[in-house]
Amino acid sequence: MNTDTKQILLDPLVDNNPVILQILGICSALAITTKVAPAIVMSIALTTVVALSNTFISMLRNQIPSSIRIIVQMTIIASLVILVAQVLEAFAYEISKQLSVFVGLIITNCIVMGRAEAFAMKNGPGASFLDGLGHGLGYSLILIAVASVRELLGSGSWLGFEVMKTVKNGGWYEPNGLMVLAPGAFFIIGLLIWAMRTWKPQQVEKTEYRIEVVHRTEVM
Amino acid sequence: MFDKDKPSGTLVVAAVLSLVCSVAVSTAAIMLKPLQERNKLQAMHAEILKVAGLAAESGDIDALFEQQIITRMVDLETGEYVEGIDPRSFDQRAAARDPQQSTSVPRDQDIASIKRRANHALVYLVGDAESPELIILPVHGYGLWSTLYGLLALDTRENTIKGITFYEQAETAGLGAEITNPRWQAQWVGKQVFDESGDVQFQLVKGGVNSASEAAQFQVDAISGATLTSNGVTNLVRYWMSAQGFGPYLAKLR
Repeated sequence: MNTDTKQILLDPLVDNNPVILQILGICSALAITTKVAPAIVMSIALTTVVALSNTFISMLRNQIPSSIRIIVQMTIIASLVILVAQVLEAFAYEISKQLSVFVGLIITNCIVMGRAEAFAMKNGPGASFLDGLGHGLGYSLILIAVASVRELLGSGSWLGFEVMKTVKNGGWYEPNGLMVLAPGAFFIIGLLIWAMRTWKPQQVEKTEYRIEVVHRTEVM
Repeated sequence: MFDKDKPSGTLVVAAVLSLVCSVAVSTAAIMLKPLQERNKLQAMHAEILKVAGLAAESGDIDALFEQQIITRMVDLETGEYVEGIDPRSFDQRAAARDPQQSTSVPRDQDIASIKRRANHALVYLVGDAESPELIILPVHGYGLWSTLYGLLALDTRENTIKGITFYEQAETAGLGAEITNPRWQAQWVGKQVFDESGDVQFQLVKGGVNSASEAAQFQVDAISGATLTSNGVTNLVRYWMSAQGFGPYLAKLR
């Protein structure tokens, strides 16, 4: 693999992560991260959709009329999402029940639309596939990290295995109720962003303006 | 010459794309349908066996179901069994939406917030079809966010609850969704639904059941932090055990 393709694939994992740098796909990162197992399935589903939608849109990019390009992208993405949902229901019934409506909501995930518009419309199918795969994996990384913390602190388990026996099941651990509700995910994502920007200060956005005391005469 | 940015070209692209996408989606839907239906049925069978206490760890769920469970259809109004319709073809949820096959529940009696109730319901029997030792009744009602679908198993000899399960719900994970916790469900076993005069006394109580009290035989701990889900569970049990639900059928069995 040459450095260029490597960069396309690996950049979205840390240096250009869709969730914690671009702040996209937050809605589903809140909704399905109470447990690790559905987070993993959601990650696989989204990665599949974004990689394939990028590929197809890139293949069609010279045929897509610019006046209806967003609708064309949506149609392709929506079809792929329905396919993924149907396959899950046929082969992973239990988990598709847990994910319920959120698989369908991949259609509105900004990462998919964002990559279609920003990358696939301008680049070839191969590069677009890798870009989609990279962004899917970047999303998965954060999703599984957030879900791990939430399941551990909120339910005392990880991937369904009991780590800390909860009071309800006759143990000692009193689960943190905040972690099972959506605000818990906000805190964890916030902390992740903070940690990431401390590790890589170049991700910190430049201040757009600064409030200063000025003398009246200077203004005039 | 084809120009994608002319109105005609745009229309052609839109039409072809829609056609291709719809063919792909509908092909997948039709091809995967039998698998999905099978999954649904098998999941239901597994739930029924579980609540009846017959769940095999492994093995053929469908075979065990055929062997152990008798499926019957009940007319909820009269409490009589309905013959002549294959129970396997009956979909209670679809029936509840069909005005021909359902009745609207009067508002003051609709404690489980189900709005419409199908005229018929499936019941699952263990033992002899005439005097079953265990009857498993499908129940549903509204919790906090979602409709809870469950199965309630009643021991007809002891007149007690044999088990409860909720196989479909979308309550808050860790709070309301604790209704699926087997440890909590285990509390239901051996509780009574009806008092001596035949009234429904069963309920979930906040703050824990006082085992010294007379009423303890009708009570199960409510789930802390999930008052509305707990109320929903009490209400759905009360509704389905009342004259509106399986009351006439249960009266016939007694």
